[in-house]
Amino acid sequence: MIRGILIGILALGIAGTAYWGYQEHQEKNAVLLNAENNYQRAFHNLTYRVDLLHDKIGTTLAMNSKNSLSPSLIEVWRLTSQAHSDVGQLPLSLLPFNKTEEFLANIGNFSYKTAVRDLEKDPLSEKEYETLKTLYKQSGDIQNELRKVQSMVLKNNLRWMDVEMALASGKEQTDNTIIDGFKTVEKTVTGYDESDQGVTFSNMQIKDENYNNIIGKTISRNEAIRIAKKYMKFDGNATVKVTKNGKGSDFGFYSVAVQNKKTGQEANMDITKKAGRPIWFINNREVKKQAISLNDASNRAKAFLSDNGYKNMEQFESSQYENMGVFNFVTNSNGVRVYPESIKVQVALDNGDIIGVSAEEYLKSFKKRNIEKPAISVDEAKTKINPNLKVMEDRQAIIVNDLNEEVLCYEFLGTIGNDTYRIFINAKDGNEEEVEKLKNPEETYDGVL
Amino acid sequence: MKKKWFTKYLILALLCLTPVSLVKTNSAQAFTGQVIQQGAVGDDVIELQSRLNYIGFYHGKIDGVFGWGTYWALRNFQYEFGLPIDGVAGPTTKAKLVKVTKYDYKNPPTTSGGNTAKTTGTNKAKPTASNTPKGFSQNDIRLMANAVHGESRGEPYIGQVAVAAVILNRVNSPSFPNTVSGVIFEPGAFTAVADGQIWLTPNENSKKAVMDAINGWDPTGEALYYFNPATATSSWIWGRPQIKKIGKHIFCK
Repeated sequence: MIRGILIGILALGIAGTAYWGYQEHQEKNAVLLNAENNYQRAFHNLTYRVDLLHDKIGTTLAMNSKNSLSPSLIEVWRLTSQAHSDVGQLPLSLLPFNKTEEFLANIGNFSYKTAVRDLEKDPLSEKEYETLKTLYKQSGDIQNELRKVQSMVLKNNLRWMDVEMALASGKEQTDNTIIDGFKTVEKTVTGYDESDQGVTFSNMQIKDENYNNIIGKTISRNEAIRIAKKYMKFDGNATVKVTKNGKGSDFGFYSVAVQNKKTGQEANMDITKKAGRPIWFINNREVKKQAISLNDASNRAKAFLSDNGYKNMEQFESSQYENMGVFNFVTNSNGVRVYPESIKVQVALDNGDIIGVSAEEYLKSFKKRNIEKPAISVDEAKTKINPNLKVMEDRQAIIVNDLNEEVLCYEFLGTIGNDTYRIFINAKDGNEEEVEKLKNPEETYDGVL
Repeated sequence: MKKKWFTKYLILALLCLTPVSLVKTNSAQAFTGQVIQQGAVGDDVIELQSRLNYIGFYHGKIDGVFGWGTYWALRNFQYEFGLPIDGVAGPTTKAKLVKVTKYDYKNPPTTSGGNTAKTTGTNKAKPTASNTPKGFSQNDIRLMANAVHGESRGEPYIGQVAVAAVILNRVNSPSFPNTVSGVIFEPGAFTAVADGQIWLTPNENSKKAVMDAINGWDPTGEALYYFNPATATSSWIWGRPQIKKIGKHIFCK
């Protein structure tokens, strides 16, 4: 009797567990399928867009009329950016696929630059036409490889979830058709020599990424500590650690770390080996209640910069974030603001200490400039801006424009309604180089920040 | 009972009176001694905005943040009243403002216009907005803080700034998606996203780290990748050129 009941209960239990397990299994499969479908969508979108991209570049080549050329180049630009975002949705981050992504970005840049240009006045050069031809061929190669992968995926019902598993477990060597296929695509792109892609690509960067313009003696470890001391307040309990840059860095720098065991305060700083220029500096400590005004802090930041040998700096942005003031300074060279040369300074509003400096932009853009006289007058430049803009301030400034060139501009600050705009008009030809809507304070919503 | 109330009020009134003797005005209380400049946040800015609003120079929200709207309003005011036009509220400007405008300290306005936020309990106005760096909303910052917290909460502060900087370097790099969310949620890019740790509540430190990174501090030397040598599974990552080590993470290009 009791045995019968026990068996009955157990049997029920087993049946219940089995049913529950089956439900869980179903749910897991549904979730997996969902994830898989998302990957599949991204992948098929990618191949479709690369197909279209190849076609579009092809039609652009055949076009003669400038009127249809610009829209077509814009289409190319749009497609590359979409394809780029498709790649971002695939689980490929552990797979070297950068070259292909860079290639897409390069096509995008090229088509953007040529599309925004007035092709009536300044038609495609022979060289650019050649570049376009190369791009056509190269995008064809990529299209081909991707189609191969796609047909394999469709034929053998390959799953992206397996790719993800294989990549996550670090067993890339395992035979996986999709991974192999993408590796082939990457290899194809890597094979394209930079020179194939024409001058337009190699001139992308005007920044001096390796601080070549900084000239001076190479400093030693102890000198690095001495320079760091000027920025941070050391006391007897602090331990100082200096490390050299890793092998992969293009330029030499020292990282100085100072820790005060007692207070838990930590300060860090990177200094170039050449000339010993501070790249950035952060002193992390708790900032207490605000005791000085943003204006006092800004004056301290200014004084700090001139004490440390940064000449002719002008503050152009100041913001208070809780108990800290962040100030953005640019060089003012005889009344011309040089925006690329900017330094940021962070000041604690409890006692006015400088707790952060970032001179990376400044060091990268720093050079001797021969600033030319503007070819047009302020009033002429003013006629080029939107008549609805109520101009409040104007000055001359050097900015880096869309095409990555440094240009001398007239800068106008003005308002339309409640919004403020910053507009740059090229001082040579009167082109509108940049229009920027300046940020209004953002309303705080509950629970965020 | 009544006496108690009376003494309380007396103390309050005395407290209120002290600063008045310093700033010779006929109103109950005025600005603190600070020079108010663009970017400032706080009570003084609320008062400044309210006063400018009172005489019709300022039309925006009274939110306690000295933004561009306040800046132009102040400059126009200085122009109209023959003061030096510098867009900074110094002693003379403030004195002039106090003279020509009224400000009700007991019931400071919270927002102008229709949608008034309620001030509950105390009658003290609080800033209802905040400065955010160009190109980022508070929500973007929160999302990044989530990622930074999930990825590097055991790391030194500078290591957290570094992780935030890597996210931003990726946004700017042609080999990665162009948005913060695209970079963070790129499949397999961050372990904290894959295992759900990104949804832990971030602490103040990670928010501060994100703000530092957005404001232009990059401790990594423009790194695009980082990994923890103790747990890295991919052999490929070891082949990247290494820039430096911060805390447990190695940062590379």
